[in-house]
Amino acid sequence: MTQNVLADGRARFGALVNPTSVVFLALAGVILVGWALVAVDGGQFLTMETVVGVQQRSAALGIVAVGQTLAILAGSLDLSVAYLISLASLVAAVTMAGQDSNIVLAVGAVMGVSALVGLVNGLMISKLRVHAFIATLGISLIIKGILGDLYDGPAGRVPESFQHLGYDRLGPVPVSALLWAAVALVAWFLLRRTKYGYRVYAVGGDVEVARLSGIRTDRVIIITHVLCSLCAGIAGLLLASRLGAGAPTVGTDGGYDLESIAAVVLGGAALAGGRGGVAGTVGGVLLLAVLDSVFNQLEVNSFFKDVVRGVVIVVAVAVYARRTGLIGRRRT
Amino acid sequence: MKRALPILAVLAVLLAAIAIVNPFFLEPAGFLSFVRRAAPLVILAAGQYLVIVSGEFDLSVGSLVTVEVVVAARLIDGDEAATWPVLALLIVLGLFVGLVNGAVTTLLRVPSFITTLGMMLVLSGAVFLWTGGAPRGALSQAFRMFGRQTGWAVLTLVVVAVAAVLLMRANFGRTLIAIGDNERAAALSGVRVTRVRLIAFTLSGVSAAVAGILLGGFAGVSAQVGQGLEFQAITAVVLGGVVLGGGRGTVIAAMAGALTLEALFTLLNLYGVSGALKFTVQGVVLIAAVAAGAIRLPFLDAPKVKGDAHAVS
Amino acid sequence: MLTMTGIGKSFFGVRVLSGVDLAVVPGEVHAIVGENGAGKSTLMKILAGVHAHDEGTIEIDGRRVSFGHPLEAQRAGVAIIYQEFNLLPERTVSENVFLGREPIRRGLVDRTAMDTATARLLAELGEDSFGPRQLVKRLSVAQQQVVEIVKALSLDARIVVMDEPTAALAEHEVELLYRLVRRLQERGIAVLYISHRLREVFDLSDHVTVIKDGRLVTTVATEDVTSEDLVRLMVGRDLNGYFPPRSTSVGETRLQVTGGGNDRLHDIDLKLNAGEIVGIAGLQGSGRSELAKALFGAEPFTRGEMTPVRPRSVREGIRAGVGLVTEDRKSEGLALRQSVRDNALLVTRAMGRGARRSGVRELLERVRLTPPREEQEVRYLSGGNQQKVVLAKWMTVAPKVLLFDEPTRGVDVGAKAAIHDLMRELAEDGVAIMMISSELPELIGMSDRIVVLREGRIAGTLPAGSSEEAVMSLAAGEVSS
Repeated sequence: MTQNVLADGRARFGALVNPTSVVFLALAGVILVGWALVAVDGGQFLTMETVVGVQQRSAALGIVAVGQTLAILAGSLDLSVAYLISLASLVAAVTMAGQDSNIVLAVGAVMGVSALVGLVNGLMISKLRVHAFIATLGISLIIKGILGDLYDGPAGRVPESFQHLGYDRLGPVPVSALLWAAVALVAWFLLRRTKYGYRVYAVGGDVEVARLSGIRTDRVIIITHVLCSLCAGIAGLLLASRLGAGAPTVGTDGGYDLESIAAVVLGGAALAGGRGGVAGTVGGVLLLAVLDSVFNQLEVNSFFKDVVRGVVIVVAVAVYARRTGLIGRRRT
Repeated sequence: MKRALPILAVLAVLLAAIAIVNPFFLEPAGFLSFVRRAAPLVILAAGQYLVIVSGEFDLSVGSLVTVEVVVAARLIDGDEAATWPVLALLIVLGLFVGLVNGAVTTLLRVPSFITTLGMMLVLSGAVFLWTGGAPRGALSQAFRMFGRQTGWAVLTLVVVAVAAVLLMRANFGRTLIAIGDNERAAALSGVRVTRVRLIAFTLSGVSAAVAGILLGGFAGVSAQVGQGLEFQAITAVVLGGVVLGGGRGTVIAAMAGALTLEALFTLLNLYGVSGALKFTVQGVVLIAAVAAGAIRLPFLDAPKVKGDAHAVS
Repeated sequence: MLTMTGIGKSFFGVRVLSGVDLAVVPGEVHAIVGENGAGKSTLMKILAGVHAHDEGTIEIDGRRVSFGHPLEAQRAGVAIIYQEFNLLPERTVSENVFLGREPIRRGLVDRTAMDTATARLLAELGEDSFGPRQLVKRLSVAQQQVVEIVKALSLDARIVVMDEPTAALAEHEVELLYRLVRRLQERGIAVLYISHRLREVFDLSDHVTVIKDGRLVTTVATEDVTSEDLVRLMVGRDLNGYFPPRSTSVGETRLQVTGGGNDRLHDIDLKLNAGEIVGIAGLQGSGRSELAKALFGAEPFTRGEMTPVRPRSVREGIRAGVGLVTEDRKSEGLALRQSVRDNALLVTRAMGRGARRSGVRELLERVRLTPPREEQEVRYLSGGNQQKVVLAKWMTVAPKVLLFDEPTRGVDVGAKAAIHDLMRELAEDGVAIMMISSELPELIGMSDRIVVLREGRIAGTLPAGSSEEAVMSLAAGEVSS
């Protein structure tokens, strides 16, 4: 009986300190503080412009981060997304070459290239047993070299019809944000309702347990990396539509590799895998974007933003470490 | 030493290949200028090794190098008299940054990947906040001497290398590896795990400071000087056969890995491979090296099945 | 239902099992006993498909089977519950139960079906302290064991193997396990029960199979044997002349605790004297390892007096001359990928004392490491040799007090004798020695004095040469046995 009460109390305590709730609480906090600061500054925070801005800013990072979430949950990680985004933007713009008729082909080509990169990542990590850090770092170097060799600057042209993806909006919601929401929903659904999702958590939680339960762990890793790369490809398409062309530096300029990892971890996922979810990541991405937006409105120096962002990420993870530590210590 | 052999062999082959295309390489001046070029990366690799062998990462060294160079230029601003005080300050700065990395990782239990990633953002943001967006000022002649003059650069490298080797043979180094291998066993043997790790991060920061000093003289002041160096250093260390996750590999092999990487770049240059493609080669070599190492391992490792603790003993 | 005949297995040319037969009928609890390293676990892993067997046949219901993967064994109705659970702490109970074979409805995972099925099985086992949606990381060890059993049931397992299931349980949880085992039995499930706790064997089993040095000794009906019979069968040698002679003189007090306590221990009064080996007995969970860690400073006492000092940290303990040979040498004792030399020198280096590399060789000879190769990585050594390296590690700092926690677990017979001799030698040299052991013959054979712990307190002290029954009844708290 006492045990039952204890367990209940623990569960409730657990829900309160659940990192996903923490990140959304933090998000609410930042919005409130931001609103207050901007108001004191004489501006208006929650304008149409800022809301749209936040969504625009977060869409590309959000899409990559959703893919990164899958990789990290499976106990892996993907450092190659930034260069893959650049590659995807170029493949898209060059294939389209300004022609509406090429859009379908271009999208297909981007998806194909991305899936291939993901496949290679996954094969190296699962079959060749190369540490994910090294494997994806290696792949990103390879792509970097190829891009640098082939392109000096922006190339290709995206037809105007495709640019709707980047700039149009339905009421206050940009199309790009809808795309992000769709990607996030699909990933959430995969993780929560399909066998694949359950396997991702199992592989990330404990590979040996997963294997003994008959899960083909290699396959899970490979599929995960393909999905992660596809997300990066979609982000590449989105960025190409915004730029109107492909650019060899669009991925690295955005820092999408490390920042997507940061967003996932900010959302409460364990870097070691097996714990976290898409909701947390969405919260993490929004948190970063809202911070950005607040600083923009206050016209804070852009370099200061980087400093704050770095501090926020480390502090958040330190807080989670403390919390899980508290719960963890009860077991023995 | 035995485990450093494969990478030393690869290095020897690459050096020979360079010498065949470019006989000047065999002369002391030619070879030493290669060593000078490689010095910053080798020093960074030595620092990164300390962190990796204890089971951690340091992603902040690239931006720390940039910070060091930009700060040096701004503070010295062409004033020769300022050289030595600024040099001392730079070392202290590296030490401090490493200390913070180590403290956050060990005391707050933040994974070092995240800690040093955060530090990377903070450093690059902070330095440009301070300089207002673009590096300003200039380095003094005396400062540039370290990176420019082969003698000084090579001397610095030798000092760092010897120090690193001695350090790894000393109590500190042996306990550091033990921590990377089995933290709990080390702690129960009386090892001050937190302190030893903290020192490793601090030394990594110092190594970035030294590398920054050399690079400032060698490459000049720019906002890109340290870009990507953290990954190059990690590549070099891994190339030397040091395993991510800790507990394995020697500092000599890590430094040899850095020399190998630099030799590879030199060779590619000689063969006229474009600057960009060198990254591709670097990527391929990195993956190949690790894959080759990993494929051998299953035979060496005892079968690791859960609950197998005393199946065969 | 299950027949294993002439099973043999070698690892890397080392024969660990040969000619083992085993027959099990439905609804039977069949105990498998044997010393550490006798091959019990290997035999069970062959049955569970973790290892493939080299010789012999396995038949289930008259059909010949051969498992290449744990899944195949699972499908044939064999489930194994390891000492270390195969559970994902971050997932719920039902997600763990159905891991890898989640029920699917219209292409999606049917969570409701999972939860209902899990809840039903939990109810059948009479478990109401947690539900199917609880995260596994919030369960106690005993509750996690229930999850493992539910998993086995949901697999429709007809043969359930339990590998030392009480090893991690507190005393009151053992009763719960007994109840579970009986429920399984009622359902016609055969339970293979590995344990070296004879009390459990007699409480639960219908038959006992004794394995020694990888060979079958015998299978008997439990009611036909006594515990003395079993011990003799397992050990197969005369216990008396086997241990080194006891000490003749007891020297000065090296360490003394009065009223020591922390959250696991209470009112500990203990004196360790030079030249003496003090045995610590007690059931699992009685606080034996906790006592060693408290004396050493790893999990310090928070109350009480202690001389020379009450260590608040490992380093203080070591400085006061205390060393601890931990129970699990792989996770707590050694850096497995480092050389013998580096491991041997770890403590002196950690304490910042001059590490004499030249002295290592002598030291290795002294602990009888054969061959004394300093460069060898420790993970390639046998269990016995690994333990000798742990000993060498402590001898570098010339400890005044050495605490041994299960010093011969997983060590072969020859090395065991060498370690016993070494312990006695150290005692003769004036080291005060405390030894925790679950193997009563060892404890009784080695100790000059036996301190029995029960529920974190000292239940009593027995003189050298006390009987197993005396120790057990004190440990279990029975009035008479």
